[in-house]
Amino acid sequence: MNRTRRFPVAVVAVAVVGAAFFALPLFGLLQRARWSTLAHDLTTHAALAALRLSIECAIGATVLSIVLGTPLAWLLARGEFRGRRLLRALVLLPLVLPPVVAGVALLAAFSVHSPLGQLLHDVLGVQLTFSAAGVVMAQTFVAMPFYVITLEAALAGVDHRYEHAAATLGASPWRVFTRVTIPLVAGSVAAGGVLAFARALGEFGATLTFAGNISGRTQTLPLDVYLLLETDPRAAVALSLLLVAISLGALVALRDRWLVRA
Amino acid sequence: MRRVLSSVLIFLVVTACADKPRHPVTVFAATSLTGAFTDIGKAFERAHSDTKVTFNFASSSALARQITERAAPDVFASADMKSITPLLGTKKVDVPVLFARNRLVIATKPKNPAHINSLADLSHAGTVSLCAPDAPCGAYAAQALSRGRVSIDESHVSRAPNVSAALSAVTDGDATAAVVYLTDAKAAGRRCHIVDIPDTENAIAIYPIARVSSSTHTAAARAFIAFVRGAQGRKILRRYGFLDA
Repeated sequence: MNRTRRFPVAVVAVAVVGAAFFALPLFGLLQRARWSTLAHDLTTHAALAALRLSIECAIGATVLSIVLGTPLAWLLARGEFRGRRLLRALVLLPLVLPPVVAGVALLAAFSVHSPLGQLLHDVLGVQLTFSAAGVVMAQTFVAMPFYVITLEAALAGVDHRYEHAAATLGASPWRVFTRVTIPLVAGSVAAGGVLAFARALGEFGATLTFAGNISGRTQTLPLDVYLLLETDPRAAVALSLLLVAISLGALVALRDRWLVRA
Repeated sequence: MRRVLSSVLIFLVVTACADKPRHPVTVFAATSLTGAFTDIGKAFERAHSDTKVTFNFASSSALARQITERAAPDVFASADMKSITPLLGTKKVDVPVLFARNRLVIATKPKNPAHINSLADLSHAGTVSLCAPDAPCGAYAAQALSRGRVSIDESHVSRAPNVSAALSAVTDGDATAAVVYLTDAKAAGRRCHIVDIPDTENAIAIYPIARVSSSTHTAAARAFIAFVRGAQGRKILRRYGFLDA
């Protein structure tokens, strides 16, 4: 507590305004909630199906982000090649792209009517649109940048001497990567993973555009909330609170485990 | 001297333009009116150079919700009565007047590769894109399907938040067909194929327009409504495929 006194008052005051900016809408949601029917609203068949799909797909998107994003982050942090800045911009682009546009772009690349999508469909019999796989893909597209950006920063800060030491002791580059580099940034892998999970869980626009909104198949919680806003606003609020609770829980857990220690 | 005079003149003209008060009219309108109302807005501004029209297009049900939650436009043009009646009850809007009608069609991929010829064909046609049940286009589609005694399993229905999203699931995505307004399908041109729905099964959409009661730009709002219903407005609406009210 004493330490806060060292901060300039003006900075603290503005920070409080900033915090209120985030907190007030949340209180607004709480205020709108109808607590008496909350349990009922959260356990309707559609809500449970949407919740289950949301969590499964968000976990899928997180795994995919870690599998594809770890090598990408490593390349961006360590690789010295032309076009690295362009690659970084490309990877981070979904952070600033309107999600609906991301959905349209995914359609252009992977719909059954695109060359690649047609190939997938004809050869493997896979259709990504209107499927849970499509939901995972849309979520990964918008969520992976959060993972890559977190891990890249961590990798850039790793002391190279550990890796050099391992290499001079005869470890192969792969062994150095898996046994030295990754353990050194394990906290950031987890932190980035949680961020990606939370973003995937809340994904709306890209999912709606690319995977559609089919009850029980591609209708995740955010999509369900959107439809309910008109038929049953209170239930929409209840589901929104559930989303907030899950994401907040994940982010709070993240802070305690890794960010504080780091 | 002449240069000074002309500079003064230019200055006067410029400031006169900048300072001229432009009455703002904010119009909330159904998504299906996007093309027609954008044109009507431009024509209206040409006829009333002191007025600036701003639009907010979304599904009528979403717009009604925004007005209930104290959004304060000057005019509300809905794609059905259901979205506007509750607002009339709570005196949020004046008595609405009908200004156009629209009919539903089935939109398929160009050249209709899935051979959709009727609503009945939709019950076994891959994924069908429909509007959310509470958006007017969704409610009208439900009416038409029930008139045609057609039921589509929800596991084959993708629900879009508004009619343009419902159509783009066909034009840009992998939906086999969408039930949308004729006007939207027409506007998509060659990007979709139009299958007519016979009158016996079709649901006719009606479009009411009303001044929002809290509007402070009363004269401009009334002028806009009159313009929509007038010769020029009707002509533009017809060009987009709307039927007269």
